[in-house]
Amino acid sequence: MVGAACPPVADQRGTPMKVIVDFDVCESNAVCMAVAPEVFEVRDDDFLYILDENPPEELRAKVEEAVKRCPKQAITLEG
Amino acid sequence: MTIQHLGQGPVVVVGASLAGLAAVEALRDGGYAGDLVVLERAPALPADRPPLSKQVLGGTMDPAAATQPVAARLDDLEVDLRLSTPATAFDAGTLTVITAHGDLAASGVVLAPGATPRRLRGTDAGLVLRDLDESLALRSAVLDAPADQPVVVIGAGFIGCEVAATVRGLDRPVVLVEYAPLPLQRVLPDPIGRYVAALHRYHGVEVRLGTGVADVGPGESGVTDVRLTDGTSIPASVVVVGIGVTPSTAWLEGSGLLLDDGIVCDETCLAAPGVVVAGDVARWPSRRYGRTMRVEQWENAIEQGTHAAQRLLHGGPPGDPGAPVYDPVPWFWSDQYSRKLQLAGAPDRDDELAIVEGNPEDGSPDQAQFVGLFRRRSPDGADHCVGVVGVNRPRHVVQLRMAMGAGPLAWDDAVGRFETPA
Repeated sequence: MVGAACPPVADQRGTPMKVIVDFDVCESNAVCMAVAPEVFEVRDDDFLYILDENPPEELRAKVEEAVKRCPKQAITLEG
Repeated sequence: MTIQHLGQGPVVVVGASLAGLAAVEALRDGGYAGDLVVLERAPALPADRPPLSKQVLGGTMDPAAATQPVAARLDDLEVDLRLSTPATAFDAGTLTVITAHGDLAASGVVLAPGATPRRLRGTDAGLVLRDLDESLALRSAVLDAPADQPVVVIGAGFIGCEVAATVRGLDRPVVLVEYAPLPLQRVLPDPIGRYVAALHRYHGVEVRLGTGVADVGPGESGVTDVRLTDGTSIPASVVVVGIGVTPSTAWLEGSGLLLDDGIVCDETCLAAPGVVVAGDVARWPSRRYGRTMRVEQWENAIEQGTHAAQRLLHGGPPGDPGAPVYDPVPWFWSDQYSRKLQLAGAPDRDDELAIVEGNPEDGSPDQAQFVGLFRRRSPDGADHCVGVVGVNRPRHVVQLRMAMGAGPLAWDDAVGRFETPA
């Protein structure tokens, strides 16, 4: 399930980071939501929604933490 | 960069499961560039444990995929990993770790030896489930078993309940035997135990409550006779023992560390100068909950392993006011059939459960969605929410967990988040 896509805004390095979730593996534990609620939201339908596929650079640390902490390792971060 | 106060000798990590490897990663992330020795009793890196009672047992995950997330990063971390090398003794005064292959004089020690599955009293009968080889052996035994003979699971804790659910998914009969009046009694109050019993019965598990095991022995024609304390007997194809674990501390007798159902540490995870502990073995005092805790949970192992490493790198004596305090809101999940049960916080038996959304007794247990909050009464009337339990309500559990993490959560604030409080 993918939230509304924002047009990618290039940071100074030129490539915005991209959040990818393997929804076959995601179990909606919602650990990612606890770590980076600006990017991940598990809604009442029990599905994970990516609120921002190309989050701003200042969220990088949180998103990397979410990647690490997902019990199913379902999240990948590109760029 | 070497950490001056760690002195000579390697940092030694005992245990290469989740807590130990989290510590390894945090030591490197924290700038420790010296020698790092990891001792692991098993011949291979322990697997990631959650899939062992679920996807690996059920056959929906390739066993090779059940590796710990850190394992893939281990090569980059420059670790001297010594498999098949249990630590057999320890001297906390000299930071000497004794193994069968020689002694290690450490500059700092992370103790994460984990816990060992309990056996039934007086017998080694039955299969326990802790590591990958045990999960695969159980799967094999279940698949080989005659389709009409039950798999008997002893213990309706989280492992027993997950195994029961997974074996039902393999289309075998299951009998789930629990000594307490309800499943999950050690951790969760009666309404949740009743719900879980109903969920298993809905899926065809024969749930036998309030009875223990008197004896397990060979029966006729290759079955295993499980004789219960209620006088009945079950001819089992396979017997699974899921009655809990004991922290692995026997080897630390005489080490100088304080042992009390785990290794006792302070609120920063320090057990003695230069010695930190993490994971299933660690007993620490929680400011948040006003008692000591020992938590056998996946996320705690990782968080505490990370914290323990940071404490070691921080240095400073016991009681150093600048040392980081470990005081998490524990969080846990258990998947049984299509239901995801999650618990955040640390409720005690005295805390009252209030169901604030949904109803565990309404409708099919297989479609239940509900949230319960745990209320701790205080003498001055300032009641707080100290825990949340949810079934297929991950969003609510996460939000309450975050709220509790920010500080004491007033009961009215917690309940006010739900439209129709009980």
